[in-house]
Parts: sequence; C-alpha cells; structure tokens
Amino acid sequence: MGMNMTEKILARHAGLDAVTAGQLIFCRLDMVLANDVTAPPAIKEFEKIGRPVFDNTKIALVPDHFTPNKDIKAAGLAKTVREFAKKHSIKNYFEIGRVGIEHVILPEKGIVGPGMLTIGADSHTCTYGAVNGFSTGVGSTDLGVAMATGEAWFKVPKAIKVVLTGKKPKHICGKDVILTLIGMIGVDGALYKAIEFAGEGVAELTMTDRLTISNMAIEAGGKNGIFPFDDITREYVEGRVQQPYEAVAPDEDAVYERVVEIDLSQLTPVVAFPHLPGNTHPVAEIGEIKIDQVVIGSCTNGRLEDLQQAAEILRGHNVHPDVRCIVIPGSQQVYLEAMKAGYVETFINAGAAVSTPTCGPCLGAHMGILAAGEKAVSTTNRNFRGRMGHVDSEVYLAGPYVAAASAVLGRIAVPEEVK
Amino acid sequence: MSLEGKVWRYGDNIDTDVIIPARYLNSFEPKELAAHCMEDSDEHQEASFAANVAAGDVMVGGRNFGCGSSREHAPVAIKASGVPVVIAADFARIFYRNGINIGLPLLEIGSDVEKISHGDKLRVDTATGMIENLTTGDVFHAQPLPGFVQDIAKAGGLINYIKEKR
Repeated sequence: MGMNMTEKILARHAGLDAVTAGQLIFCRLDMVLANDVTAPPAIKEFEKIGRPVFDNTKIALVPDHFTPNKDIKAAGLAKTVREFAKKHSIKNYFEIGRVGIEHVILPEKGIVGPGMLTIGADSHTCTYGAVNGFSTGVGSTDLGVAMATGEAWFKVPKAIKVVLTGKKPKHICGKDVILTLIGMIGVDGALYKAIEFAGEGVAELTMTDRLTISNMAIEAGGKNGIFPFDDITREYVEGRVQQPYEAVAPDEDAVYERVVEIDLSQLTPVVAFPHLPGNTHPVAEIGEIKIDQVVIGSCTNGRLEDLQQAAEILRGHNVHPDVRCIVIPGSQQVYLEAMKAGYVETFINAGAAVSTPTCGPCLGAHMGILAAGEKAVSTTNRNFRGRMGHVDSEVYLAGPYVAAASAVLGRIAVPEEVK
Repeated sequence: MSLEGKVWRYGDNIDTDVIIPARYLNSFEPKELAAHCMEDSDEHQEASFAANVAAGDVMVGGRNFGCGSSREHAPVAIKASGVPVVIAADFARIFYRNGINIGLPLLEIGSDVEKISHGDKLRVDTATGMIENLTTGDVFHAQPLPGFVQDIAKAGGLINYIKEKR
C-alpha cells in the first residue's frame, strides 16, 4: 500500500519503512519551536525532566506574541525565554530588532525545509507544509519534553486530498483559497487529519499563497497541511535551507480518506464572518458592512507579497476617515524590502500605521485592540469571539486585497471597487 | 477513578480564546488562569463558570471542543478550576494532546453528548470510560485511549511517563 507525503515524513522520522493511519509512533524532531507565551511553561516542564537540551541548533525560540513587551508580566515572560536561550546557547533565538513573527521567519531564514519534521508550541506551526515539510502545533508540555528528548509522540493521521485545478483570477490570493476550503469542509472538517494539496493548480500558487494556505490548515481542525515539492519550492528553498533535505512526493496509490476539488478559476474574493473561520461568504454578496479597523499582517499574511498586494490597492488613495489601518510586516527583512519597494511610503501616505513585527492585534494582545461593538477586517487567521479585544467586537477575515480595499472604502469591499 | 459531579454544558467549537482569553496569557499560574476560565463565553452568563464552579464539576462540550490556539493554558485553566474530566462529542487535536499530557482526562462520546444537559449529575469512571447520567439514567461509553497514550494518561501526564519509561 502506498504512502502519502505525511506518512512518508512520519515513517522516516520514526525509523520505520512504512506507517499507516492510526498507528502510534515516536518520531525524532528536526526543529522544535516556542514563543514568548508558550516557551515559559515549556521551560518549567523541561526543567522537571532534568536533562540538557537535546540539540541547541534544533530549538527555535521566537518572542513575537507580546513583544515589544506589552506589560510588566509579558516582559517577565520574554526575560525567561532570553535567559533560557543564553544558558543553553540556543542558536535560533531572536531578540527584538532581529525577531519577526515565528512562522514568517522560520521559512524565510531556511530554518525549516522540505521533508523536515517540526513541532511548535503554536497552533500555526502547520505553516511549514508549504515548503513540503511536516509541521504541527503542540502544547507546552510536549515542547518541554521535546527540548529534552528530541522526540514527540504522534498518531499517524488519516488524510484529505485537496485537488486544485484551473488558473487563479486577478485579485485572488491564498487566503481566498483556504477560506473557501474551510467554508466547504467546516472548522472541524479535517479534525485529527492531514490535508495534502495536489493537482495542476498547485503550480498557480506562489510560495506566499502556499504559506497562507498551510498556515490555516489548523482552522479546519487539520494536523498539518502539506504541498508537494515543485519548481516553486525548489526556487524558494535553494540558498535558504542550509542543511541537506529530502523532499517527499505521494505514492500513486497513496491512501486518502476523502478528496475535495477546488477550481481556482471559479474563486471570488471571500470574507469569513464572526465568529468562525468557516463562515465564508463572497464579498460581492454581503451588502454594506461598515468597519472601524483594518489589520494587514500576521503569520498568515505578513509577507512581502501580501504587503505588495495591499500597497497596490492603497497607492494613491487614503484610508477612510472612520478607519484605523494597521500594517505589520512579518519580519525585519519583509519590513526592509517593503521600504525599498516603496510600500511603506504608500501605507504612510495613505494614512495607515506601520508597526514593527509582532503578533499583537491578531490575538488581542496589543497594537490594535477593539472596543465593544467595533468591527475589523483582518488578514489574520481567527475571528473567534473576543479574539481581537472586547468580547462584543467582531473580526472579519480576508486577504490583503480585500483588507486594503475595505480600509479605503470604510466597509468590506472587493478590490475592484477602489477606483 | 470514579467520580461524581454536576455538569457545566457548552456547545460546539468551544475555542481556546473563550476558555482562556489571550489577555490573561501573560501568566501561566494555574490559579490565576482558573480565575478567568470561560470568561468570554456567551453561555451561562447568569452564573459565570469561574465564580460558581465547584470542585468535582464536569465540563461537557459538543463537537471540536478546544479548537484554535495551542495554549496549554486552556486545559490548565480548566483543571485548576477543579474540573476532573472533560467530556465532548470530540476534541480539537492540540487540546486533546495537551489534556493527556497534563493529566486532565478527556472522554469522547460522539452524539451521545446530546443526552447530557446543563446541571445534570454524572458518575464518570475515567479508567473505563463509563459515564452514567444520574439525572436521566442514560449510560455512555467513551472510546478507550489507544496504546501507549493510555500509559501516558495512567502516569498522570507526559512528564511522569517520560521520567518513568524513557
């Protein structure tokens, strides 16, 4: 019986020739990730085990959630992470000024790559499926144990195959693909399962599109969301990923529990209504929804191409007088390149705020909290009740084109409406 | 372990932002987290969970319980509230792992969960997965944990398991 991509990576890291869905295994880990919220409890668990770190080059500590420190307690968390990193000579620790959002910088710096197995104490760790890796989110106890042992337990998941066909129309981006998919299968449609992308439409998707799509596999309940390795992957990882890697492809007789098809040519700009990422609606059909804030950034849409799309819409326009538009580059490199390309100037001329990289508003931490009754269009990944602030505020999820168009018009809008 | 408790009933897709909002994640002290557990839920607003939960009360949710963030603070907050077991139709996978890893028993009973209402009294045997609804007389059986995952649960969590076994 053939194996899919997820099974191949898991089998290889378990030291087995083959695995099948449902099997319980221990796997060795290529990279272990935590942030300023999840690392401190992981460090506490790690210290209970009483061993050294398994490999100081295979641990990444990225203080991105509450940084630059939002309050005194958050400063304490960041300090705990900093001191641990120093004590154990953690190679991939990133200080403020060099740090970015974890799931933006790990692919960008080539810390994760094809065929690699990564766990992270952050649910959006599934992002690295975009570069043909297996990666998944875990909690702090798993992470603490992984830092000591270099291993984690897994149940081999069943898999859903998403076949992409057709060509992507203008102003359609990865966010429209993944929000459409979650709308189709539901927020638990891939519960405990792997999502594997396939089909000729994959070649239509840029690496930025793929990173956005894999990032939100968790919003369908998925364990991971993995893309095949192709020329686009090769071009992206060459010169970035320093260690040797082994890409994976599914066997022709790989087993999938379900096949879902998406014709990219039929997609329209979509938005996910509060309070679930699966409440997907075509923007053209929703009527007038006035908004108070727009957030462009996050581990989902904080890359250069995302900012380019937002700048394309905002160029020569002003942010609507009733809207606060906050743009957050996902890394220092993205920030620098956005400056060189003139995007930052475009944002500031349009009347948007541009922030240093942080997860900030996405999880309602800081840098753009909503008051009661306020509505935001956000390129982030979750629109749960109270996610961005007051329990009676609302978040509408969309891609950068729709977010930027909404910022200009003061209501949720498609990019074509910005004349 | 057999225990008896009153039910706090919640719906489908209870997310970890509702279980413990991110504004409280600047601490990972269990008692502090418990003080804000379920604070943003729109259910049971008349008598909030944190202020009214009694040790031994059982939390019961619908489908996809614990979806969203990987924050282990969520099952920690529930456990520190005195809740000894959570029952749901099914759980989001990171929450499920975290529950097992921190020694909070989680029982999946599928659509049988619809036969449990807020305020019902349950008798739960976390070892066998047998659940008796003492209010209605219904009896349910949760799927047992598979393979070594059961050993992790029996050890009281992953740290103990790793110290003992590996």
